[in-house]
Amino acid sequence: MTRNIQSLERAAAMLRLLAGGERRLGLSDIASSLDLAKGTAHGILRTLQQVGFVEQDEASGRYQLGAELLRLGTTYLDVHELRARALVWTDDLARSSGESVYLGVLHQQGVLIVHHVFRPDDSRQVLEVGAMQPLHSTALGKVLAAYDPVAHSEALEAGRTAFTGRTVCDADTFERILDVTRARGYAADVEETWEGVASIAAPVHDRRRMPVGAVGVTGAVERLRQDGELRPELIAAVRDCARAVSRDLGARRF
Amino acid sequence: MTDDHSAGIASHGHGPFIAAIDQGTTSSRCIVFDRDGRIVAVDQKEHEQIFPKPGWVEHDAAEIWTNVQEVVAGAIEKAGITRDDIKAIGITNQRETTVLWDRHTGEPVHNAIVWQDTRTDALCRELGRNVGQDRFRRETGLPLASYFAGPKARWLLDNVEGLKERAEAGDILFGTMDTWVIWNLTGGTDGGRHVTDVTNASRTMLMNLHTMRWDERIAESIGVPTAMLPEIRSSAEVYGEIKGGGLGDLLGGIPVASALGDQQAALFGQTCFAEGETKSTYGTGTFMVMNTGDKIINSYSGLLTTVGYQIGDQKPVYALEGSIAVTGALVQWMRDQMGLISTAAEIETLALSVEDNGGAYFVPAFSGLFAPYWRSDARGVIAGLTRYVTKAHIARAVLEATAWQTREIADAMTKDSGVELTALKVDGGMTSNNLLMQTLADFVDAPVVRPMVAETTCLGAAYAAGLAVGFWNNTDDLRANWRRAAEWTPHMDAEIRDREYKSWLKAVERTMGWLEDED
Repeated sequence: MTRNIQSLERAAAMLRLLAGGERRLGLSDIASSLDLAKGTAHGILRTLQQVGFVEQDEASGRYQLGAELLRLGTTYLDVHELRARALVWTDDLARSSGESVYLGVLHQQGVLIVHHVFRPDDSRQVLEVGAMQPLHSTALGKVLAAYDPVAHSEALEAGRTAFTGRTVCDADTFERILDVTRARGYAADVEETWEGVASIAAPVHDRRRMPVGAVGVTGAVERLRQDGELRPELIAAVRDCARAVSRDLGARRF
Repeated sequence: MTDDHSAGIASHGHGPFIAAIDQGTTSSRCIVFDRDGRIVAVDQKEHEQIFPKPGWVEHDAAEIWTNVQEVVAGAIEKAGITRDDIKAIGITNQRETTVLWDRHTGEPVHNAIVWQDTRTDALCRELGRNVGQDRFRRETGLPLASYFAGPKARWLLDNVEGLKERAEAGDILFGTMDTWVIWNLTGGTDGGRHVTDVTNASRTMLMNLHTMRWDERIAESIGVPTAMLPEIRSSAEVYGEIKGGGLGDLLGGIPVASALGDQQAALFGQTCFAEGETKSTYGTGTFMVMNTGDKIINSYSGLLTTVGYQIGDQKPVYALEGSIAVTGALVQWMRDQMGLISTAAEIETLALSVEDNGGAYFVPAFSGLFAPYWRSDARGVIAGLTRYVTKAHIARAVLEATAWQTREIADAMTKDSGVELTALKVDGGMTSNNLLMQTLADFVDAPVVRPMVAETTCLGAAYAAGLAVGFWNNTDDLRANWRRAAEWTPHMDAEIRDREYKSWLKAVERTMGWLEDED
């Protein structure tokens, strides 16, 4: 049997102590309850404090469980909260890019569209909220697979259907594309899902830098590309939007 | 200067720009818009809500003027532009809030009395005499109720020592917040323009909708000397120029060119320029306004008849208005009082976990029923409960309550105006709730459309100011700016809709007569 790490065991004991009975405890109470030297106990408490699992009351100097610990059990960001936060930024992205905007999250083995802003022209369009898109071929899906490990394994396990002649189905090539996505901070789909359609997407992170979704524009390949390249101002606009939504989520009070 | 003058805002095109002030109930904001109606910069500051007694709500008008100056300067700075880039400034405001001030010192004689304030309840009943609350409805379009500005002014004259004499001597000026802001912007004691627009004037109970002038007889009945009233002007014309003070240094000479009450500004910002076009703003409460063109429609269904807008010397456009007291507030109640959700957005998640309302209906008549019933003896009810019903069904019922209440107002509007609703343009915070918007389309049986700029109120004021100075040529230019961000089409089976509506109406019936000694 491998030896356990003593300081982790001690830290766990401290958390248990703080979780039961009297919620706020002073350093000497904690040290004596666990039969530790004060210096040792203080070192562990300081570390726990730094990662947010323990908080120290400023007035009394006593310790209690930290908000971060509570969050561990409830990390799930409500998708409707995500939409509400994204609304103004995605409207602005649609206006500045002239294209339709989609916000997607991982759902089962695909991308669930949770928000859709119409392309700002007078054409008839149908709201696609609730629709699913594939993970391996769309820009939204590639962003999720590149940043979210769960989405990554889903994308690898799922059968990667060839929708067009340009769909990447081979696992190694797909991994290389995800590497590029992480390096550049955005993903693209040029006629890999639908003929004649291109999209650009970037990741949305919450306050702990966890990837919670992807936002992007979708439109005719002729409009998204110029001289064979995706238009850099569109890429910049998509990334600005993703950053703005992330910032908004970061400002969220628990 | 030329139109291709660069303001150095690469991501937002080039100037020139229009600024709009939104002097609202909880804060003052200034937004700078470009020619396409896109937001370039925003600044906002909240002001204090003063509650001297239960039911009383006041604002410090001097604080509001200070904040307005700050947010205008703040928005200009954030946009990185100067006075040369701004073609005009427009104003939209919380309606009916009333301030009186000394024309020589510019100092308010009392805190402003806010529209929500109910201190004039008794006065309004007294003014109804033997006729009741419809005594002035034919002329003003309004019932005698504590919201409106005229009775608030009378209360101030009665209760601030020596004010009546000063008013009769011509030393006191009356204003709603548009008037207060314009007077100060255009110089204050140094030649400030004492004006209001037709939409704000239509909420005083002192203006005759047929003549668009102060009604001497009504003013006398209510007890407000007409000498203190501002000149009534259109909603889109140059009232004066920014002059004096800190803003004078920054923006002196810029035309002050529009004023619209907030709900009318939203109607304008939603480009509801044709008869029958209707907008609904979903916040804590909901305000629905229908353009009725040149027709003054007397409501027999408990709606208000009001002025929609007037552009320069064109004919005024009238409107019907219906308000719902509790919509977003019910979601907040579920969050704060019931603790069933932790954020307002979660109501959708909870509601989506079930297929339907499970037979439950929630009528949030927390402070009685408003349009079209006007029953102050009603109180809230959750009807149709069985052991099958879960919190998720209640969440559905909460969202459905907003949609059914909208349907009832829409029905009342159709009944009064004879115009069927062809589409509903929506704005406000609750439009991010996808399930609610779909339910709304299903219950109203008309497409529900969300525009791309959420700030329709400020945009309306900017549009009106831009029209006044020729920045935009006509309302067609503005329509061209309007962009559909989303549209929900009705999917509900007519039979189910009718059956559900019947159940809702049954639930509404059960709220009535709860309070027994309602006078």
